[in-house]
Amino acid sequence: MRYEAPETVERASALLADSAGEARILAGGTDLLVQMRSDIVDPALIVDIKRIAETRWITEEPGGGWRIGAAVTGAELKEHARLKQVWPGVVEAANLIGSTQVQGRATLGGNLCNGSPAADSVPALIAAGAVATLAGPQGRRDLPVEDVMLGPRKLALGKGEFVVSFGLPPRPPRSSDAYLRFIPRTEMDIAVVGAGVSLTVDASGTITEARVSLGAVAPRVLLVREAAAAIVGSRLDRVAQDRLEAAARAACTPIDDKRGTVEFRIQIAGVLARRTALIALDRARTQ
Amino acid sequence: MAKHHIETTVNGDAVEFLCETEETLLDVLRDTLHLTGSKEGCASGDCGACSVTLDGRLVCACLVLGCEVGGRRIETIEGMAEGEALHPLQTKFLEHAALQCGICTPGFLVASRALLERNPNPSETEIRYWLAGNLCRCTGYDKIVTAVKDAAVVMRKG
Repeated sequence: MRYEAPETVERASALLADSAGEARILAGGTDLLVQMRSDIVDPALIVDIKRIAETRWITEEPGGGWRIGAAVTGAELKEHARLKQVWPGVVEAANLIGSTQVQGRATLGGNLCNGSPAADSVPALIAAGAVATLAGPQGRRDLPVEDVMLGPRKLALGKGEFVVSFGLPPRPPRSSDAYLRFIPRTEMDIAVVGAGVSLTVDASGTITEARVSLGAVAPRVLLVREAAAAIVGSRLDRVAQDRLEAAARAACTPIDDKRGTVEFRIQIAGVLARRTALIALDRARTQ
Repeated sequence: MAKHHIETTVNGDAVEFLCETEETLLDVLRDTLHLTGSKEGCASGDCGACSVTLDGRLVCACLVLGCEVGGRRIETIEGMAEGEALHPLQTKFLEHAALQCGICTPGFLVASRALLERNPNPSETEIRYWLAGNLCRCTGYDKIVTAVKDAAVVMRKG
C-alpha cells in the first residue's frame, strides 16, 4: 500500500488519476482507517491531502463569504469564534461527529466523501447553501454540496477528482442556521434523522429566504425545497410549522434498520425540521 | 514497497522509526517504540484507550497512520509523570480509586490533561462531554470525574 502526502492540488489529482488500483483520500482518517482495519477497503494508494495548505484554512472572504478547507477538523471549526457566530448550525453539526478525539481529526471533506446519508455535517452544509470546490485532472469546478453525493458510498466525483474546500455564501443581516439530530442517547452515535435549516428574516420577523435539508431519511442527504417554501413569507407561526412538518415528512423515503423504523424516521423528520427551524429563527432575530 | 522512514518527536525526545503504510501510530508506539502505555481497546476510535496528543490535539492513535506523523509532536502517557513525580491527575486517580482494571486509565489521563490545559476549571458536564470518547467498563465514571475535578483544583493552585 502506497502512501503519498503531496503539497499541491495538481500533484494530488495527478496521483489519484494515475493510480491503477483503488485510491483513497486521507483527510482525518476517522472513517478510512476503520474501513481499512475491518477490510471494507484495501486501497493500493492513499493520498493524504493535509499537506496541501488550502485544505487546512478557514478564511472569511472580502464579500462576506467563507472558504473552509476540506481537511479542517471539527475542533478547529469549534475554536473559530467568528465562524461559529455567522454559521452556528454548520459548526454545531460538525461538532456532533464522534468524541473529542474524533473531533481532533474528523473533517468536513471526509464527512461528505464518506458517502453516508447519516453524515451530520452534510445537512447543515446543504442548508447553508455550501458549494464544494473540486480539483481534478481537468482543473477545478464547483458543485453544490447536495449534488456531491449520489447515494450510499456513491459520489459525483470523476477519476482523479477530490474536494479541496467548501464555499459558504455571504450572509444577509438577520440570518442564521441550526442543526439537530435524533439519537437514542446524548453523545457518540449516528443520526437516526438529522435536520439542517438556514434562514433569513426581514425587520418585521418574516422569513424571506430558507433552505431545509434532511439526513438519514433517503439514500442521500436531501435538500427539501418544499419544506423551505412552506415557511418563506411566514413568521413561523403554528400554521407554517405544520406546513413545514408535512413537507419534511413528504420528502422522506427512509429504510428500516436497527437504528429506526420507516415510520419513526418519517415522524421524527417533521418534528426535527420544526424544532431546527425555530432555533434558526431565534438566532436570526438576534443576529 | 519500502518502509517509510519517519522522524518525529515523542514526549520531547527525537525519535525515528520505520513503518508500513497500514501501520497505525498506535502500532508504532506499542510494537516499534515499545511505549505500551497507550492501549488498544477497539482499534476503531470508539474507546479512547489509545488517546495521545498530536501537536497538542487529542486524538486516537489507532486512527492515525504512523507515516503521517513525520515532524509532529506526540505526547503519550509515558511523558506524563516527571521522573518519580506523578502528574496531579495521576495522583488524584490513585487517591479516588478512579480505576479498576486499568486498561482505560492511560487514555483517560491523557484526555483529562488535554481538557485541563484548555479549561482549568471545567464543570462536571464539560468533563463528562470531553471524556465521552473514553470508555471504562469497570468504574461507572463517577470516581474518574471526581478525580479530574479534584486534580483541576490542585493544578489551579499551581
